[in-house]
Amino acid sequence: MSRLLVISILWLTIPAALAAQTRPVVIGSKTFTESYLLAEMMAQLLESRRIPVERQTGLGGTLVAFQALLSGEIDAYAEYSGTISHVILNMDGDSTEEELAAALAPLGVDLLPRLGFNNTYALTVTRETAAQYALGSISDLTDHPELRFGLSHEFRNRPDGWPGLKQAYNLPQDSLGIEHGLAYRALLESEIDVTDAYSTDGDLLRYDLVVLEDNLEFFPSYLAVLVARADLDTGAKAALSLLADRLDDATMRSLNAEVVVEERTFAEVAGAFLLGQGLITSVQAETQSLWPTLGRNTLVHLKLTGIAVLLACIAGLGLALTVYRSPSLSAAVLYVAGLLQTIPSIALLALLIPIAGVGQVPAIIALFLYSLLPIARNAITALLTIDPLLRRVAVALGLTEIQQLRHVYVPLALPHVLTGVRIAVVVSIGTATLAAFIGAGGLGEPIVTGLALNDTGLILQGAIPAALLAVCAELFFEGLERWLIPRHLLSAKISG
Amino acid sequence: MNGIIEFRAVAKHYGDTRVFDNLNLDIRQGVTTALVGQSGCGKSTLLELINGLQRPDAGTVNIFGQPVPALKLAEFRQRIGYAVQGTGLFPHMRVSKNISLLGELDGWSGEAITSRTRELMALMALDESLEHRYPHELSGGQQQRVGICRAMFLRPEILLLDEPFSGVDPLTRRDIHKRFLTLLEAEIATVVLVTHDMEEATRLGEELIVIDTGKIVCQGQADQIRPDSEYLARLFGRGESS
Repeated sequence: MSRLLVISILWLTIPAALAAQTRPVVIGSKTFTESYLLAEMMAQLLESRRIPVERQTGLGGTLVAFQALLSGEIDAYAEYSGTISHVILNMDGDSTEEELAAALAPLGVDLLPRLGFNNTYALTVTRETAAQYALGSISDLTDHPELRFGLSHEFRNRPDGWPGLKQAYNLPQDSLGIEHGLAYRALLESEIDVTDAYSTDGDLLRYDLVVLEDNLEFFPSYLAVLVARADLDTGAKAALSLLADRLDDATMRSLNAEVVVEERTFAEVAGAFLLGQGLITSVQAETQSLWPTLGRNTLVHLKLTGIAVLLACIAGLGLALTVYRSPSLSAAVLYVAGLLQTIPSIALLALLIPIAGVGQVPAIIALFLYSLLPIARNAITALLTIDPLLRRVAVALGLTEIQQLRHVYVPLALPHVLTGVRIAVVVSIGTATLAAFIGAGGLGEPIVTGLALNDTGLILQGAIPAALLAVCAELFFEGLERWLIPRHLLSAKISG
Repeated sequence: MNGIIEFRAVAKHYGDTRVFDNLNLDIRQGVTTALVGQSGCGKSTLLELINGLQRPDAGTVNIFGQPVPALKLAEFRQRIGYAVQGTGLFPHMRVSKNISLLGELDGWSGEAITSRTRELMALMALDESLEHRYPHELSGGQQQRVGICRAMFLRPEILLLDEPFSGVDPLTRRDIHKRFLTLLEAEIATVVLVTHDMEEATRLGEELIVIDTGKIVCQGQADQIRPDSEYLARLFGRGESS
């Protein structure tokens, strides 16, 4: 039984050791190319000034990213003026930078000077279509009702998207909803004629598309700005402010294209740009090297899984020992735990944001909730199925309640309990990859980035180690079972 | 003379089923008493009233001259050995650990534990090489003998046996009986043996108490009990045929 103690101590110390790191400046991003690229620029700019940096990229959406900033999970990221006013602050119309800064100040957020480009919505057509119908601006579309519009789902439903646009320009066409990633292919294969795009999208250059001028100035401006926590070190803020007015629309679009078309890494493109601007003196090659990143992601992944399963063990086993004598309580616990299990992981993570914010805390809570069922269920089953004769004998021999627990119940329940923990660990390793969407990091980070870039290699950098980790966990628990449990009890468990 | 075990006007029922009504019983110290009766006659319940696994609904059960305590039951039960049909050996403990568990919990030294374990195993003719086996690696008869060793480890003043020798072939059974009698010569205890087998009862018991549906049919020295009723004849008949 002293073996159990050794394991518990080891398990407790690993996360503690991981947590004891000094806190660098954390740079965040959302899950699209431009956001990653700007984050990398910010990070390299700070690193060149010897400020330690951590990259917390791939946050799944505006609200997640901004919540991460508010809660201090990240210190800065790139945002857009229109998004700040419409989505974050729910303000009407175009706001000036002064108005935005004033509205953000009470939240503890500083608005740094703008970067120079405007990444707004745009309508785009192929060069052939533009020539065929003599299209230069959105107004030109009104003369050609036969043109087929395929628009992304979000754009079709935003007031500053299709409904407002159709009305403002009095466009006669109807539109089809289409997944944004597929729209360009549909455009090139002439399945549709017009689609929506972000004006700095690298794909516009990749496919040589024509952006139609918003001659009535319908689309609000989405000026790129950096937002940072007010309590961020002034030296770091000053360094980030060096990016002010360095990027116009065309520059940003071509930088994005370098990533998506030429398949260069964010670090290469960002470094080359900063070097060209004279903002840094050398590109640090090691920032994107595979192994340290992999190691860091793996450690974070283990930390998330380890803490969550450890807490689930404590809660699950405690719960099992409390309720197993009462069948109705046992049933109630299993019912609630089973209910938690049916919530889709992404939905659970999203539901946790208002309560626990973003980052590692909600990720650990979610993994904890998922681990609770297998651990509690197996422990309760194990305790309930202990031979009644053995229970009676243990009492009759004169063992105290604690001695019964320690010498009879726990060792006899151990095979089932370990199986429950094993299932929880393996499931958690898989589920933890989704935690990257709420900024928890881990092996999900390259997967999320890879999805944004449609980069299979990057996806595999997360998926393969996660799979290996799951296999290692299986082997570890197999060894643990052999070590802790007499073989004949193990085989009884497998056959029964 | 008062017994080490006394039942005074004891009543016990499960729901509507009455097991005992106004049961009076004295069991003498240092004597092996066999409780004989067909299954369902209440003899196991009687045994469990002695070590407090069951509580009487009326009347009192006095053990060691005191009513069965409500508190510190574990301490009380350590003075009462218990071995049971099917042995109830702990499957995750080796033979030596099964036998010596109570000594370990009682804080005995390693040396004392080893010597007591070997002493008991020798008395029950269990080879030392069996020490490191798990219960499932033993024969049925060996398991029963380990069960007796475990019950005797703390030198209990009372030993309760609930059909501990059933389920093995007659030859093995006779051998275990012989071993058990040797053990009792070395270890003085008050033994209460529950069995449905009259042959076993007469071989091991000095006193016999015959029970039929919660009532004592007759009580006396083993060699004086005669099959003078249909119930007793049936019990004797079973014993002879086994």
